[in-house]
Amino acid sequence: MRIAVAAAAVGAVVLAGCAPVQSGSAPTGGDERTGQLRVWLFDEVNRGPKEAVVREAVTEFERAHQGVTVDVQYIQVQTRAERFKAAFSDPASAPDVAEFGNTDLAGYVAGGGFAELDLGQWPDAKDLLPAVLDTGKVDGKVYGVPWYVGVRALYYRTDIFQELNLAPPAKLDEIAPLARRIRAAKPDMLGISAGGKYTYGAMPFVWANGGDIARKDGDKYVSTIDSPEAKAGLRQYTELIADDICPPAQCAGNGGDASVEAFRAGKAAMVVGGDFNRKSVDASSAAGKYAVVPLPGKDAGDIAPAFAGGNLLGVMKGSSRRTLADEFVRLLGGKSYQRKMFDAMGNLPTFGDVQADVAKANPVLDPFIRTLEAGTRFVPVTPDWAKIDAQAVLPTLLQQVAAGGEDLDRAAAQAAEQMNAAFGG
Amino acid sequence: MMPTRRGDGRIAFAYLAPALLVLAGLLGYPIYQLVLISLFDYGQEQVSGGAPLTFLGLGNYAELLSQDRFWAVLGQTVGFAAVCVAGTLLVGAALAVLATRVRTWARMTLFLAALGAWATPAVAGSTIWLFLFDANFGFVNEVLGTTGFSWTYDRWVAFGLVAAQVVWCSFPFVMVTLYAGIKSIPGEVLEAAALDGASTAKTATSVILPLLRPLLIVVTIQSVIWDFKVFTQVYIMTGGGGIAGRNLVLNVYAYQQAFAASEYGLGASIGVVMTVLLLAVTVGYLRALRRSGEVL
Repeated sequence: MRIAVAAAAVGAVVLAGCAPVQSGSAPTGGDERTGQLRVWLFDEVNRGPKEAVVREAVTEFERAHQGVTVDVQYIQVQTRAERFKAAFSDPASAPDVAEFGNTDLAGYVAGGGFAELDLGQWPDAKDLLPAVLDTGKVDGKVYGVPWYVGVRALYYRTDIFQELNLAPPAKLDEIAPLARRIRAAKPDMLGISAGGKYTYGAMPFVWANGGDIARKDGDKYVSTIDSPEAKAGLRQYTELIADDICPPAQCAGNGGDASVEAFRAGKAAMVVGGDFNRKSVDASSAAGKYAVVPLPGKDAGDIAPAFAGGNLLGVMKGSSRRTLADEFVRLLGGKSYQRKMFDAMGNLPTFGDVQADVAKANPVLDPFIRTLEAGTRFVPVTPDWAKIDAQAVLPTLLQQVAAGGEDLDRAAAQAAEQMNAAFGG
Repeated sequence: MMPTRRGDGRIAFAYLAPALLVLAGLLGYPIYQLVLISLFDYGQEQVSGGAPLTFLGLGNYAELLSQDRFWAVLGQTVGFAAVCVAGTLLVGAALAVLATRVRTWARMTLFLAALGAWATPAVAGSTIWLFLFDANFGFVNEVLGTTGFSWTYDRWVAFGLVAAQVVWCSFPFVMVTLYAGIKSIPGEVLEAAALDGASTAKTATSVILPLLRPLLIVVTIQSVIWDFKVFTQVYIMTGGGGIAGRNLVLNVYAYQQAFAASEYGLGASIGVVMTVLLLAVTVGYLRALRRSGEVL
């Protein structure tokens, strides 16, 4: 009897709510012209200069708009996923304008987070580099204004190359023999600091060999990481994580930052590093003893396609101050403030003319600009990419081959299978 | 014993009702939600209302149980937890016995040190251990003269290091509990055993251990549950599961595969599987004890 009552009670509860909670889709907000505009930007290791530029933009914006205040919050890059997820689920706690990484875009748009932007009325927009603007698009619609772009190139130690009478590599497959020679001559040096978790350091090898992460098949992506071309690139990269170049025990666990850190510490003769690493390398023991060349491609004279990293500025879908938000994005993301951000942080501008200007004034940028001009590549633009990224599919593949003794064919097939599962294939 | 009257059960239930309500609210509801979510395709898009809910039934479970990786990680978790539980109990019990045999100042020092380890937050403790065992600048490598040796690279070395950290931060609970248990054994009992001519070993196995049994059960079950669910130490010390995920345990796997990837439905199903496994362990343990005649 008692059991029957209990069962009935449980049944009633189950029937009462037989679906998990869903917050309604974000209301497409209003268009108030006064009040507080909330802005989220990423915190940086050295935030001072960024904050100064942003403060200048805020002051200019507040002066131009009576009765408007701008509240800027700096959020941590590591916890951005939680912060943005919370913001999408609860529009009341969401900002109006936010900075975000371009690889996160597709996931955020699918999550209902960002509003489509109309750049037609904005004169600056025509100078945005097309390949860079593409990183702010999903299905041909623009959801983010590229605020800056980041590309990687090959850093090398001029003093060591001179001492050993070496020239920087002209082809991708020259890197491994070169690195081996350096480590043989200087056993406490890493020939090249190559990290097992350094996805964006490894992908140029895949792209240069004609491979890719995935290709679009109809409206779906299909992984091509197990294609012969992609595997040739993966083999070339994982070959670098070996005892005679970059010992797995030291390198297999490294991501991009840790890889560059070894170069900064003076323990590596080469590293794939970004234009955004330049300032920190200049403040390290490698300062003044290094040069940068574009990462060479498969054949001499080629440049390996780089990953077009960078951050975007977007307007949240639930914003109740749409016009103000649009205007703020155009101010902070516009030419004059991109230029100021370059001076403050070294971030590469996304406007062709501004980029050419800063490149002329700063010859050190030349290898990065040439890499950009040679053409960049990007990750698959789909919300599933966030999942593949979170599940560490590519780092696992690199590590399995470089340190786990796994066969490349098998590991690549596994990774492709896992990606296809995420793509819903 | 008083004869049971009709209505006693109802009165007893009335007395228990407030506690049951709290339990139902704090425990029942989350578990209900967990089970419910595990039956749906429930990702970030569904949470924020951008996509409709799809009822999968046991689809998430089928997917989970068909993954080779899941079984490998599960096995690894069981082995890791077993080593941690054994280590924790051994160290805790040995130090509890030691504490009963030494002078007050030594006991105080031991307790203070143990409580320090206990009170250290897991994140801080793991990070400090990482510093100590750092390949290039760590104190341990400095002392051993093995500079450059990576303690977190090799699969078994890394597991060993993490297990040591887990034991370090969980033995104080065992030690304090067992120390209290040993102290609460009446002096007369031990005296009687001594008068009967029992050796120290005999006293320990025939008198002290049986008396400590209920406490041992509690600390064992606690340790099993804690060590099976370990997350922080593995996540921090092996950088999210080691090289190519070879140091993954179930909780870290659930976080990485499901929650970081916004697959809450799949993650919830891992949670349900873990809950069921732990309940099974606990129930099995309790039944085995009852069979052996122990009343809890």
